[in-house]
Amino acid sequence: MRRINGRMMTAALLGAAVLFLFVITVAGHMYAEEALVTDFSRKDLSPGGAYIFGTDWLGRDMFIRTLTGLSMSIQIGILAACVSSVLALILGVLAATMGKTADALITWVIDLVMGIPHILLLILISYAFGKGFKGVVVGVALTHWTSLARVIRGEVLQLKEALYIRAAQKLGMSQLKIAWKHMLPHLFPQFLVGLILTFPHAILHEASITFLGFGLPPEQPAIGIILSESMKYLAMGRWWLALFPGLLLVFTVVLFDVAGESLRKLLDPGSTHK
Amino acid sequence: MTDKKIILDIRNFSVSFEQYDKGFSRTGLPVIRNLDVTIHEGEMVAVVGSSGSGKSLLAHEILGILPYNATMGGELLYDGEILTKERQKALRGNEIVLVPQSTAFLDPLMKIGPQIRKGKKDRASREKLNEIFQGYHLKEEVQNLYPFELSGGMNRRVLVSTALMGNPRLVIADEPTPGLHMDMVRRVMSHFRELADRGAGVLLITHDLEQALEVADRVVVFYAGTTVEDADVSDFGSEEMLRHPYSRALFRALPQNGFQFIKGTQPYVKELPEGCPFGPRCEQCIEACKGEIPYREVRGGRVRCICAK
Amino acid sequence: MVLEAKNISFRYGKGSRQILDDFSLAIENHERVGIAAPSGFGKTTFCKILSGYEKPDQGEVYLDGQPLSSYKGYCPVQMIWQHPEQVVNPRLRMREVLKEGDGIEPCIIQGLGIEEDWLNRFPAEISGGEMQRFCIARALGKRTKFILADEISTMLDLITQSQIWNFLIEETKRRQIGLLAVSHSMPLLENVCTRICRLDEK
Repeated sequence: MRRINGRMMTAALLGAAVLFLFVITVAGHMYAEEALVTDFSRKDLSPGGAYIFGTDWLGRDMFIRTLTGLSMSIQIGILAACVSSVLALILGVLAATMGKTADALITWVIDLVMGIPHILLLILISYAFGKGFKGVVVGVALTHWTSLARVIRGEVLQLKEALYIRAAQKLGMSQLKIAWKHMLPHLFPQFLVGLILTFPHAILHEASITFLGFGLPPEQPAIGIILSESMKYLAMGRWWLALFPGLLLVFTVVLFDVAGESLRKLLDPGSTHK
Repeated sequence: MTDKKIILDIRNFSVSFEQYDKGFSRTGLPVIRNLDVTIHEGEMVAVVGSSGSGKSLLAHEILGILPYNATMGGELLYDGEILTKERQKALRGNEIVLVPQSTAFLDPLMKIGPQIRKGKKDRASREKLNEIFQGYHLKEEVQNLYPFELSGGMNRRVLVSTALMGNPRLVIADEPTPGLHMDMVRRVMSHFRELADRGAGVLLITHDLEQALEVADRVVVFYAGTTVEDADVSDFGSEEMLRHPYSRALFRALPQNGFQFIKGTQPYVKELPEGCPFGPRCEQCIEACKGEIPYREVRGGRVRCICAK
Repeated sequence: MVLEAKNISFRYGKGSRQILDDFSLAIENHERVGIAAPSGFGKTTFCKILSGYEKPDQGEVYLDGQPLSSYKGYCPVQMIWQHPEQVVNPRLRMREVLKEGDGIEPCIIQGLGIEEDWLNRFPAEISGGEMQRFCIARALGKRTKFILADEISTMLDLITQSQIWNFLIEETKRRQIGLLAVSHSMPLLENVCTRICRLDEK
């Protein structure tokens, strides 16, 4: 039997994290209808055999509501993180390649966005785009691209001066081909890890602004909504309404973080042989 | 050989790396298979091998700074005792000094002066450093700069200065001179020579046989992870004096000795032949060369070849 | 065909030392010219200017009477560097590195002793000597007219050095490619070159 080694462990961790997240997303999607079903015959049940997360004041199954909420969060997170990372890639590359003025302008925008507190900017943008799904996605996407854009800008600047790229120019390779063959393979791992590590931020921020009432509409079973609604009932001793959704949100975020870190470990030449 | 005390004695030494291939299978790469080197007091020994022969690892092993995925075998004796991790730590930087191959070994966050004086501020060490720097055409201001503010060549001279600061008993110079101009190379080499003449053992690891022949006392020829010959510098005066076919091939490849070459290349660590690593390129290769080959004494030197007389 | 450097002056940024001062040199395509110069002459800088990696402050490089800067796309003057690992993308397999060249003939690959098996490896998996063979092969594309070799064997062992140079001499003879060799070793230059340009006095 082969011994389990570091790389297998890391890969297994990555696989488990991704699988778990996938299952939550799909399950949440499938039960989307059920999450809205009210049944007064089973209201205010504490966690137990039939309803492991309990039910709320309208008799809705909290387990299903949490799943659906998480699924929603993950979808928003992925969408926003993807948009955000692509934005970072484009702006980072532009800053590094389009001359001094473009660089100064983009760097200025990066500093500007970084200078304003995330949550404030997020609320403003989400509100301007009419809240809801669109508002949240645009808001999260427009606030999370900055650090990755900086990393990519730096990387491209360094690559541009690399001798092997200068040599490729002398060998008559076109700019496009150089970008494709020489630069992309260097940027891709950075980009991928950056992308995955943006997920947890995106999810947390989605939940926060929804909690504050600037995000998704109240009829959506989003984690932010669930948490803010349950606030009223906490004082009445219905702790399960907030505890389980909250814990699962944290768990999801940690899973994304684990996935990102594992991927980084596998791709980073400094730790790849561990 | 000299009757002087042996400082460093490396016997039948090996280093292998655990590495991942594609996917999850792990393999050991035997980068060094059979390495034997002895250094006496006041002696300068050059280990000469081509790039990819694994010679840099020798330096890293003596200092105990091999990377995490390396495993080693064989014996490493310093002053007649086994060189343990603890001893390596205690001796490194004091009795044993490394002049590394890469200038990345300098601490980027520390100014040059304090870095080389190791924090000592007394007058004697200040004056000594000034003196050394003058010899290498480094201005006094350089001591107040950080490594990134210096050119590659300057950093290299700074690295060499570190070896001259203390009173080392063993200096390990791992390709100390790439990127330096020829006259600077000569100067650096003469300083190593001086250290040896004052009683230290100097181990020069290099790919440059010509350079080694200029300064060293003995040359250890290293091929594909194996030491094939240990010869006196004077043996390189003529081809017949040399013992191993690879050393002879090196001799003939010198521009002044005919500029001839033998075909083929040094085998890759994953595809080493059985027995003698030089076998496939050797004209004298016989069936017995595929077996175990002892390192034995021949005409005052040592050789790992069964055909040598 | 002739490669001509006319009255080249160069220094890195204002205030730094004048590296080249009104320097001229012409190389014919059937010549192998060696440059032996004292330290600090700026031999590498000169090679970079001759192959268009750097622009001189004054003067101009001409190939066949035309300014070198007017050649677009593939540069007929190719430089081979002292440290091959710097001019090869660490993430490309050696097969891809060879493909960067301008239709490298199989006889070149064979002549340099490049083995089929090396083609599938990454730069980190081959030695400096093996990588330098690839760099030389890559520089010997169909449209190459001049080769500048800047201390290309300084980091290599003697046998590899001899193999590489003997091949380069044959190949440049066969295809009438001009060669400029820079080295600190006079015996090497004497073995390689048809003409040696000593620059003892600047």
